[in-house]
Amino acid sequence: MELPPYATLGQKIWHYTFYFICALIFLFLITPILIIAPLSFNAEPYFSFTEGMMAFDKEAYSMRWYEDILANGMVDPEQPRSWAMFREWLWMGLSPMHTMPEGFFSDAWENAQWVRAMKNSFFIGFFATLIATALGTLAAIGLSRAEMPYRGAIMSILISPLIVPLVITAAGMFYFYSQVGLSQTYTGVILAHAALGTPFVIITVTATLVGFDKSLVRAGASMGAGPARTFWKIQMPLILPGVVSGGLFAFITSFDEVVAVLFLAGPEHRTIPRQMYSGIREQISPTILAVATILVIISILLLVTMEMLRRRGERLRGIRS
Amino acid sequence: MNLKTLIGAASALAMTASIAHADNAAVKKALMEAQASIEMAMAALGGGGAAYQFPSLDGDQLTVVSWGGAYTKSQVEAYHKPFIAGTGAKVVSEDYNGGLAEIKAQVEAGNVTWDIVDVELSDAVRACDEGLAEEIDMSALPNGDDGSSAADDFIAGTLDVPCAVPTIVWSTIFAYDSSKMKDGPKTIADFFDTKKFPGKRGIRKSPKANLEMALMADGVANDEVYDVLGTDEGVDRAFAKLDTIKDDVVWWEAGAQPPQLLADGEVAITTAYNGRIFNAVAAEDKPFEIVWDGQVWDLDLWIIPKGAKNKDAAMEFLKFSTSTQALADQASWISYGPTRKSAAPLVASFNSKPDLKMGPQMPTAPENFKNALQNDFEFWADNQDELNERFNAWLAN
Amino acid sequence: MTDATATHGPDGLLLAADGTPLKAKLHQSMKASRRRAFGLVLPLLLFVLASFIIPIIMLLWTGVSNDTYASNMPRSAPLLRAWDGASPPTEAMAEAMVLDMIDARKAKTIGKVASRVNREQSGTRSLYTKSARRAAKMEAPFLDALTKADKDWSDLETWRATKIAATSLTPAYYAAALDYKYTADGEFVEQSEERQIHVKLFWKTIWVSGAVMFFCLLLGYPVAYLLSHLPAKSANLLMILVLLPFWTSLLVRTTAWIAMLQSQGVLNDIFVWIGITGDEQRFSLIYNLTGTLIAMTHILLPFMILPIYSVMRAIPPSHVRAAKSLGATNSTAFWRVYFPATIPGIGAGGLLVFILSIGYYITPALVGGQDGQLISNFIAYHMQRSLNWSLAAALGGILLAIVLLLYWLYDRIVGIDNMKLG
Repeated sequence: MELPPYATLGQKIWHYTFYFICALIFLFLITPILIIAPLSFNAEPYFSFTEGMMAFDKEAYSMRWYEDILANGMVDPEQPRSWAMFREWLWMGLSPMHTMPEGFFSDAWENAQWVRAMKNSFFIGFFATLIATALGTLAAIGLSRAEMPYRGAIMSILISPLIVPLVITAAGMFYFYSQVGLSQTYTGVILAHAALGTPFVIITVTATLVGFDKSLVRAGASMGAGPARTFWKIQMPLILPGVVSGGLFAFITSFDEVVAVLFLAGPEHRTIPRQMYSGIREQISPTILAVATILVIISILLLVTMEMLRRRGERLRGIRS
Repeated sequence: MNLKTLIGAASALAMTASIAHADNAAVKKALMEAQASIEMAMAALGGGGAAYQFPSLDGDQLTVVSWGGAYTKSQVEAYHKPFIAGTGAKVVSEDYNGGLAEIKAQVEAGNVTWDIVDVELSDAVRACDEGLAEEIDMSALPNGDDGSSAADDFIAGTLDVPCAVPTIVWSTIFAYDSSKMKDGPKTIADFFDTKKFPGKRGIRKSPKANLEMALMADGVANDEVYDVLGTDEGVDRAFAKLDTIKDDVVWWEAGAQPPQLLADGEVAITTAYNGRIFNAVAAEDKPFEIVWDGQVWDLDLWIIPKGAKNKDAAMEFLKFSTSTQALADQASWISYGPTRKSAAPLVASFNSKPDLKMGPQMPTAPENFKNALQNDFEFWADNQDELNERFNAWLAN
Repeated sequence: MTDATATHGPDGLLLAADGTPLKAKLHQSMKASRRRAFGLVLPLLLFVLASFIIPIIMLLWTGVSNDTYASNMPRSAPLLRAWDGASPPTEAMAEAMVLDMIDARKAKTIGKVASRVNREQSGTRSLYTKSARRAAKMEAPFLDALTKADKDWSDLETWRATKIAATSLTPAYYAAALDYKYTADGEFVEQSEERQIHVKLFWKTIWVSGAVMFFCLLLGYPVAYLLSHLPAKSANLLMILVLLPFWTSLLVRTTAWIAMLQSQGVLNDIFVWIGITGDEQRFSLIYNLTGTLIAMTHILLPFMILPIYSVMRAIPPSHVRAAKSLGATNSTAFWRVYFPATIPGIGAGGLLVFILSIGYYITPALVGGQDGQLISNFIAYHMQRSLNWSLAAALGGILLAIVLLLYWLYDRIVGIDNMKLG
């Protein structure tokens, strides 16, 4: 995008206008995500910047919505002594010297709604990812073999969870799973999320297999390794970046999914997005912003992981030395 | 049994007497029953009534499902906590958004994880008809604290659904922010008058209660509303009235939204559940004013889903939570009226504000009950498919 | 494949070591490896069939078949189906009806039956539940007994509505999904004006999805162009600005837009601050179509940028240079050479955005207010609230047909193998 030295004035103007437009679009992309972080420290129960916040008044900022993540749903959230200790504990860098009373944590762990949603999200996400990644990787290996019969037809069936509008998928699953007793169970939600996650695993693993040198497997076999051994020792390490990024896609699909959860989960299986959905509909408190900020941090971590995996994958496949 | 009960029954009588001019058969019946309960209370003076006794339910676990927010909080304080303390059972509270979809899915799959559910009247009737709820032996309900039997103690006509026991009377009212509107609306007609009271209107995205309010605002007397609404012209008339404000409406769906909309200034006037507005006023000191004219009141009831795993414990919970004292206690947390007449006199002040008497905050308080309409569940059970369809089409046009 | 050495058989065929013709052996070995490849795919195939395909087929089936009445009222259903719908109801029909009602009341299914008939004609719900309560005491002649219980039984329309409900396999739901009414005479009548809704909503859904797709393209294309033409280092840095929204929860972004757009929100605050508008006349940016379009565009923009970017990166810069050296102006070189080469990316991004915005109804429901009502909301509504699963299935069937049609078109025009996920 270097501007050639002989560019006319018109070209120059267009060039910088283009940059300006792109800057605005990037602003549009990123501002909403960044804006929630400062708003989540609002001392007032509003979604907007107060005058105090604009003036960087220390009083206008608070951790109360982060505390509310834990308190919301607790049997006895108003343990003043515990709260003070909790804050201290938090500021002391989670030091074990300042242990919290046992009742406080077990109460939050057992009863706080957001904590439960967090546990559900990870639980469901973990098993859905496990199923999707295991089945998806196997299938991708099969599909990438030259001798695979009916590849086109099978591929379109396996990719279909990506094509069918989510509301139809969820409604169909709700209808069928209710009849077999899977609706409103963890199993039902896990199966649904696994099905939604598999296309991503297939796509990413197939993509890594395109660059996979089959002679490596033959070399392994010729040296006397069995199929299982060649798979685990040769093929797996090489396609691992694809498997992991497929798994990450599957996990984030599950972690982010709300429509199937709306249909299939009872209140006790609510995940974070589901809890946010009721939160937005029912009471717009900055607690949602606090949760959202935490989720943004999680996605930044995921992004970094993905980037590292990508680099590792490229290095292993020799694309970049 | 004491004098307090007697006074209570008398005040219940006064309450119903002041609304008797509504010329409503149910109200008249209630009036007569209130009188009867005074007689019974007199008879019971000095005697002892069979109030609720906690059995030991150590090790039992119970999943209680309700609507969340301030309402669930009132139930937790008044029902769950004493019940846990009294019986030793473990009670898990879950929130849901109403409707029968989840219960239906659980019952049909034979995997019922909810033990007792708070539902609206029309859903209670439907659950009962479709075999989704257990039938309840009403004679097992404890007597009122004044000694009257449960059948006499509950407000007339509220024990008619064989699967459900009512807990509260709630009401759809409208409210405004008195700090922004000095001389606010007074009647239901004012709600629809955007010339006199400019600004956006918050309305629940559902035909229920809105069509009734529209007709009342259009001059239909409250005891004729459902007769008019039963005709095609009546439905047209109600929609025509709604048409007059359609462009100014912000639609809400969850009960917690209207106070939020008012507080944010997104709407000038909004319909709401009375308890939510009350809670914003009492607990958060919001300057909201409720207008009771043209309120549409309804019941919330407990049902036990068919095949509930802890049916016996759920029945105990149901018996306790619909006892006089529990109902009266709940009313000190939120302004929903208890369904037992014997509980009315025991209703005291708001939990954190001893000065704030709860009696006048109730939908059933005589001052508030002058122009009130009971939601006709029979009408809605018959017509909701069609009217919902019409309403949705109207919204989309 | 290990039979490396081959000998010739008597008829000149190549033979493998064990004496079978090499061709047969090869065929056998191919078959085995094909079976092995298929064996690897099979677990997932079965899983997707069981957890995804079959549920959808079952749901779609209820869109044309609803046996609530027939299975719970087994005596009267066949008689009603045989009835012509015009002659007066017979005593046999009435008797079957009463006997069915007694059983259905005992089995607690009368409520379901009543709801089913009530969908055809309002008011029949209480007619059925009330009559069923009295059915046990009814005596012949049953037609009179029913009429005595409620005069609506003398109304032919009641029986005609029941006749529709008694027919299990019916086009009625698809008719309703297209704003037609299926009558007892087997005719399709257009719904009255104030009840027509679904067709309009289908168009609106397509329109909104199309508009979101358009805005995503409008905003996504320049960004993808910039990213693919910058040196790798700065491109990677800017890529983070695209990927961060991509990896951030949709609900988080919806929440963020509420904070941005509401009347006391950030954007309006800025407008007031710089004096574009007064404090009293803040813009309504949310709970309407504007809010839906802004939030949906933001949410789906990365799905447009990433495929276009990956296509653009593969276009050799020499093509445009060649065009210019042959005398093309900048805009000709762009529109005639560069742009056509990016169409696979636009197609993939467009399809993804379109399908996602059709099916993801959560954001419109939260930020769209009255305009956020799209066809997907109605499917969810009929599944979860009104419990009219058959209508939901019919609406879903039509929506699915639209999406598959688009998908097929896309495959014909662009080719599905060109789909890339960035």
